[in-house]
Amino acid sequence: MHSDPNLYDYWPYHGRPKIVWPDGKKLAFWIAPNIEYYEYMPPSNPLRQPWPRGNPDVVGYSQRTWGNTVGHWRLMDLFDKYNLRGSISLSIGLVDHHPEIIEAVAARKWEFFSHGIYNTRFSYEMDEAQEIAVLKDSIKTVQDATGERIRGYLAPALTHTEKTLDLIADHDFWYTCDLFQDDQPQPIKTKTGKLVSMPYSLEVNDVITYSVQGWSPERYTDLLIKHFDQLLKEGEKSGTVMCIPLHAYLVSQPHRLRCFEDALKHICAHQDDVWFTTGAEIADYFRENYWDQSIADIKSRGVATGGTGFAPA
Amino acid sequence: MPLPNSYLEYKHRKHGMDQHHYGWNPADRRDRIELSSGEKVHANIIVPLEFFPLNPPASPFKHPGAMKTPYPDLRHFTTRDYGNRVGVFRILEVLARNDVKATFAINAEIAKRYPPLIKAVKEAGHEIAAHGVSTAHIHYEDLSIEEEQAYISESRSIFPDAKTWMSPARNESTRTLELIKQAGFDICLDWEADSRPLKMNTEAGSVCAIPHYNELSDFKLLVDRSQSEKEWIYQIVEAANYQANLYEKEGASSFAFTVTPYVLGLPFRVQAIADAINSIKTINGVEFKTAQETFAAFNAITR
Repeated sequence: MHSDPNLYDYWPYHGRPKIVWPDGKKLAFWIAPNIEYYEYMPPSNPLRQPWPRGNPDVVGYSQRTWGNTVGHWRLMDLFDKYNLRGSISLSIGLVDHHPEIIEAVAARKWEFFSHGIYNTRFSYEMDEAQEIAVLKDSIKTVQDATGERIRGYLAPALTHTEKTLDLIADHDFWYTCDLFQDDQPQPIKTKTGKLVSMPYSLEVNDVITYSVQGWSPERYTDLLIKHFDQLLKEGEKSGTVMCIPLHAYLVSQPHRLRCFEDALKHICAHQDDVWFTTGAEIADYFRENYWDQSIADIKSRGVATGGTGFAPA
Repeated sequence: MPLPNSYLEYKHRKHGMDQHHYGWNPADRRDRIELSSGEKVHANIIVPLEFFPLNPPASPFKHPGAMKTPYPDLRHFTTRDYGNRVGVFRILEVLARNDVKATFAINAEIAKRYPPLIKAVKEAGHEIAAHGVSTAHIHYEDLSIEEEQAYISESRSIFPDAKTWMSPARNESTRTLELIKQAGFDICLDWEADSRPLKMNTEAGSVCAIPHYNELSDFKLLVDRSQSEKEWIYQIVEAANYQANLYEKEGASSFAFTVTPYVLGLPFRVQAIADAINSIKTINGVEFKTAQETFAAFNAITR
């Protein structure tokens, strides 16, 4: 076991070289609805039980069904109203269970990225071949359904092995949403490939604000606005990224969605300064324009440690 | 099996404390103290800079901010690390803008890993306090004296000029105070037994405990207890107001509270720090001070 994953080098926030997003925008905003499938009777994993109460958990399970049956469609309508494209964190198995959702999302030209096969199948204790099987399944399933090649990854239920990021980089993924150390993208130290750490703003994820912290809808909207205002202000110095990771089974609830719309209204009123985009577009732009500059600046700080993830120099 | 008879024996049951570090000194019958400056209340901001390893030990307990999910818990490793690379620079900016000096309690491991961060803290003129080796190096009773000395000397060798000590997770063994005094520390941020800096006795000499309020910890209030930034501001400002209002009765006091980079350094929270500072600055007689400044001011009148 390692005390430090060595996946990225220390990079103090102040004095970084300037990032400017397309058309001079200061903040890259992306919004990531997780469309997840939780199994009714999932197999157990040695390190984590899929349902904390044991199988089946009819409240937890049916709340997720509600999210896909009702909540997702309300959220999609809301995004349509504000002309927002989502970047879908997808339980790949959902392509088989609910193709109607995939068709509706693909018709809108939104992005899909992989969030594992089911959110009840964890990466813990998988060997390399098993992790690769999940990645190949993810790439092929979405390609077959939509014709698009996925470029992003968020490990199912945020479960990883030491190999996960090396494997996604090796399979030509462009970005990972698994690391929360920054509000700007950063190159990840993988053995092969060109993998970007994409800010996924876990602290404003509705799972954290609603399920973990238990905050009210009003408070969630208030913090989203404050989060956005601060990152937009800092984006004048060097472009920042804000993501709103969402789950329809939480945010689309009838007592929450109207209030959430107030946050979108505020953010979408800043069309001049904000790049409304997707995870893959940010990753692509960063890889093309700022990858080398970032590595050079990190190196110049004198604290790069060498080596790659879980393989220190 | 009943408990042994010794369980009902109370060998320290007498007037006063059951340890020798300080005596019993109730507020209703002691001298009121005044600082030569006339200041009523010192507010001490403590900024912890901590390293949370991916493989934390479980003994004696896991640090409250340590990893929570199975290895490798990249989620908690990176959310903690966010504080040291992004959040702390927002805090430094707020402190500079408001001309406030704080006390940065820094793990030795952070200094080894992130020299540019230490440089930024020093250049901004803040006090640096030694904060042990890392969150995986908690001081506790079952450590041997040699092990505990080794933790302290590692920290001391990284910060040779530090006068102030804070133990990781503010946890101590019965030997910690004496050992830090032997290592040249005069001030400690672990205890909160009084409303004014408290002289703590050890075999090696005295250490001054600057009152550090756990009930005002930002991690505890905002993360553990899910309170809002507004509630945090209210409580910090209320503490300052309340202590200032008691000045005529109780005299000068001090209170320290944490501003943790991975908690209050988040984009949606950073404005709360500025709001709290600005409110406190309007209270007559309340001043922001470093631990060393508070120690010096109170030490001058109590010795």
